[in-house]
Amino acid sequence: MIAGVISRISGPVVLSDQMRGSKMYDVVKVGAEELNGEIIRLDGDLAVVQVYEDTSGLKIGERVLNTETPLSVELGPGLLSSIYDGIQRPLPVLVKRSGSFISRGISVDGIDMEKKWDFVASAKKGDRVSGGDIVGTVMEYNIEHRILVPPPVSGTIREIHSGAFTVKEPVCILDDGTPVTMLQKWPVRKGRPYRKKQDPRSLLVTGQRIFDTMFPVAKGGTAMIPGGFGTGKTVAEQTLAKWSDTQIVVYIGCGERGNEMTDVLTEFPELVDPRTKMPLIQRTILIANTSNMPVAAREASIYTGITMAEYYRDMGYDVALMADSTSRWGEALREVSGRLEEMPGEEGYPAYLATRLAAFYERAGRVVCLGSDERLGSITIVGAVSPPGGDFSEPITQNTLRIAGTFWALDTSLAYRRHFPSVNWIKSYSLYLDSIQEWFLQSGFDEWKEMRDVTMYLLQKEVELQEIVQLVGPDALPESEKAILEVTRMIREDFLQQSAYHEIDSFCPLEKQYWMLRVILNFYDRTSEAMNRGVALNKILKLPFKPEIGRMKEQADIDKIKNLMGEIDKNIASLEVEK
Amino acid sequence: MKPVSLLTKECKTVNYVSGPLIFVQSVKGVSYGEIAQITLPNGEVRTGQVLDISRDLAVIQVFEGTSGIDNKETRVQFTGKPPTIDVSIDLLGRILNGVGKPRDGGPDIIPETSLDINGMPINPYARDKPADFIQTGMSTIDALTTLVRGQKLPIFSGAGLPANKLAAQIARQAKVRGEGENFAVVFVAMGITYKEASFFMDDFERTGALERVVFFMNLADDPTIERIATPRCALTVAEYLAFTHNLHVLVILTDMINYCEALREISTAREEVPGRRGYPGYMYTDLASIYERAGRIKGAKGSITQIPILTMPDDDITHPVPDLTGYITEGQIVLSRDLYRRGANPPIDVLPCLSRLMNLGIGAGKTREDHRNVADQLYASYAYGRDLRRLVAIVGEEALTELDKKYLKFADEFEKKFITQGDENRSLERTLEIGWDLMSMLPEEELKRIKREYIQKYHPAFRKG
Repeated sequence: MIAGVISRISGPVVLSDQMRGSKMYDVVKVGAEELNGEIIRLDGDLAVVQVYEDTSGLKIGERVLNTETPLSVELGPGLLSSIYDGIQRPLPVLVKRSGSFISRGISVDGIDMEKKWDFVASAKKGDRVSGGDIVGTVMEYNIEHRILVPPPVSGTIREIHSGAFTVKEPVCILDDGTPVTMLQKWPVRKGRPYRKKQDPRSLLVTGQRIFDTMFPVAKGGTAMIPGGFGTGKTVAEQTLAKWSDTQIVVYIGCGERGNEMTDVLTEFPELVDPRTKMPLIQRTILIANTSNMPVAAREASIYTGITMAEYYRDMGYDVALMADSTSRWGEALREVSGRLEEMPGEEGYPAYLATRLAAFYERAGRVVCLGSDERLGSITIVGAVSPPGGDFSEPITQNTLRIAGTFWALDTSLAYRRHFPSVNWIKSYSLYLDSIQEWFLQSGFDEWKEMRDVTMYLLQKEVELQEIVQLVGPDALPESEKAILEVTRMIREDFLQQSAYHEIDSFCPLEKQYWMLRVILNFYDRTSEAMNRGVALNKILKLPFKPEIGRMKEQADIDKIKNLMGEIDKNIASLEVEK
Repeated sequence: MKPVSLLTKECKTVNYVSGPLIFVQSVKGVSYGEIAQITLPNGEVRTGQVLDISRDLAVIQVFEGTSGIDNKETRVQFTGKPPTIDVSIDLLGRILNGVGKPRDGGPDIIPETSLDINGMPINPYARDKPADFIQTGMSTIDALTTLVRGQKLPIFSGAGLPANKLAAQIARQAKVRGEGENFAVVFVAMGITYKEASFFMDDFERTGALERVVFFMNLADDPTIERIATPRCALTVAEYLAFTHNLHVLVILTDMINYCEALREISTAREEVPGRRGYPGYMYTDLASIYERAGRIKGAKGSITQIPILTMPDDDITHPVPDLTGYITEGQIVLSRDLYRRGANPPIDVLPCLSRLMNLGIGAGKTREDHRNVADQLYASYAYGRDLRRLVAIVGEEALTELDKKYLKFADEFEKKFITQGDENRSLERTLEIGWDLMSMLPEEELKRIKREYIQKYHPAFRKG
């Protein structure tokens, strides 16, 4: 075992002498307290270590032990509903060990090693298996946790039994004596292998109108949410974590507020997944590395999360990963880079920021998994970005823009007006519109594309008209354009705005979204037609169904929304008759 | 002079002095972050903290400044201990300097225990959800930016705006409804003037709260670098009072901009790569280590609520200090020069204000069932009214529709009746009533954010009928 001595300490960065022979990214134990750290640079006998815990009290000359394994996570049943810190230490266990405050030098298992799981074998003796093949399953809450042969292993099964096992006990033995356990270890900085990548083609249904209908993200795609403070990034991320129609959700609170994680922790066990009717926490893995926890562990937390997501993807599941916020991760990179005295790039960030960001987002995707059954799995990444001063020209936003497929630009002025989600419809975009059009057609939403295009046209038109109004006042506009302003106000207030806290509105099924927008556009069509025949706009606006449109959000019964279509037709037609 | 133990490491090898830092050579066995005693040639003793150590060089930041330190006679003694503060319940009513030593001429504090000022991060799993509504008696805060126990809610002010008056009023009026007086205030002055500090002292004295207050005073003419330690000392005391003595502690930190200046000074002296406007790249993490010490802990009766005050340079909310603060705290209260000129008192600009924990503290059983709806509607209507003002400036009021004229009027009245309240201490019911009265200026169908049943229950038109 390689053992060195500390020769310099500067914040989270420690230099260790006599470390020749160490590998990059090996995990080391630093000092008498055995703080966890990771080698991030080698220079002759010298190794540079980033330490995942507070370094106060360390002394020059204390020893540094190299464990000679890269930073890894423990994968197996028991991950779901857990809450971890950045290096997969379960926080409830830390509370038991060291009380309400996190102390240092504690090493604990990532998953429960003692618990017995009911393993049901699905492969049998004599089967030829290789990496990614399913040998059996255990039930983890309502999720069928598939036990896979770890990627490099292959052979013929000599022995396999159903029964109760701990994760460390072999459930299956291959002919060369290799045991297969439920527990796998995987280095976090290395993506788990798959057979091949595919284009994302189906919609990630989030129940949020501005996302699903206007700027959709595909399953296996990537999205970014940049916004200044108070624009609702965290609420958006949490809403997505609640309502996304994936089997598994990984939520990474990376350098954010402690009270927010507490909020998730208390809320998720009470909320019920609208599709499976199970508590949301049972499909969720939480990683909490709050802003006051050590900065190097914040850097690791993103990788810990994505590796767990890949593990469930490899079982053939759709996984959504929320990272809040990637800016804090970037800042952790910057801090460590600064301590290494590297040449800074833009705004002090290291020059490799773009590469690291791209490498992270590229671990998303829809893939054909390893294994003979060619099952499909996907990871969708939604990364929040916190640009300083809300200025999108800063490096993290700009570098993420080059990679992310959907851009949800949060807008401070909308937030000030309490228009939530404060997604700016003019700046945002989605690159998945074409690839998921087919999915909408197959799901029976034939006119989605046309409706979305009309809506976008109207909203764009509104911007132009508002400019005119700012100059000459609303009275100068012709009636037809006043009608457009009325309709876009309806789109903004009665469709795009959505309350994350309302019992009905917080999740809006796709069908309801579709009909809500149809009603508003139907109103626009009928109004334009009637006005062409000489009906005055203010008469139409006084019709009794108008408040009903405003209350569609709170309406759980989709048929009542559909009925509004006919009511609009009938009422406007009656005006024409009057005339 | 304390006797020097055999184990104490002392050396006279100061080699390089720059700004607040001294570099000491040929040191052995020094630990990262420990406290050093520096004895000047004239016998004066100062305190410093180890910032960086390599094989034979230690970098020390000196809290009281480096003037008078030489590189020949100055002696440095390493204590082997992290920076600590002596704490005791008897600190209540005392005035301390920036590192927790009495400066009121009173007796020394007999410590119950001595604690590391850096504290340790609260395990997120051990945190308890903030849920208790704090009535501040200020309409804008109670109705729209609700403060709850365990929250950190800063006041963003501008030079010359009455942030201190607002903070003092909150400290005076704040109470959790239906509860007794189990509170304490930790007041942390960082780089403010004597005048500002005495304003708070007088106010506390006038209201008889003085014996519930611990003052930490690092005034404008006190050593700058001491400010790095001041909030940490104060929060250590706050944690001790909250989690050992079960008090609900309100911590007022003013002014955070001065703290950040001190941080920048050290960073520059260390020749670190500067981030935005010369502030260090790790300022976010550093500020978080202060702000995140607010909260509640499962099983503990006490709590820590923080109200940091910071003056935005040039009223710029995108300046790094308010910006990073806003990213860490759970909302913000923003004062506006424009409103101040128009005579609003307090001049709280509600549009950029936010309380992220508001929903945890309001609603049926906590405040009132219509609270959320009323807040949303007031916001939306006021924002629209404000937008119209800009339009009116160009096209004149005549060009507006009847409805828009009502909105314009609403915005004016909102500022006069709702925001402005002077020294009045309003109950939440009174605040909501004013809100409803204002909303009744608008047609009922415009109140889209409010559930119909609440309109029927609380709208003045129905109340009277």
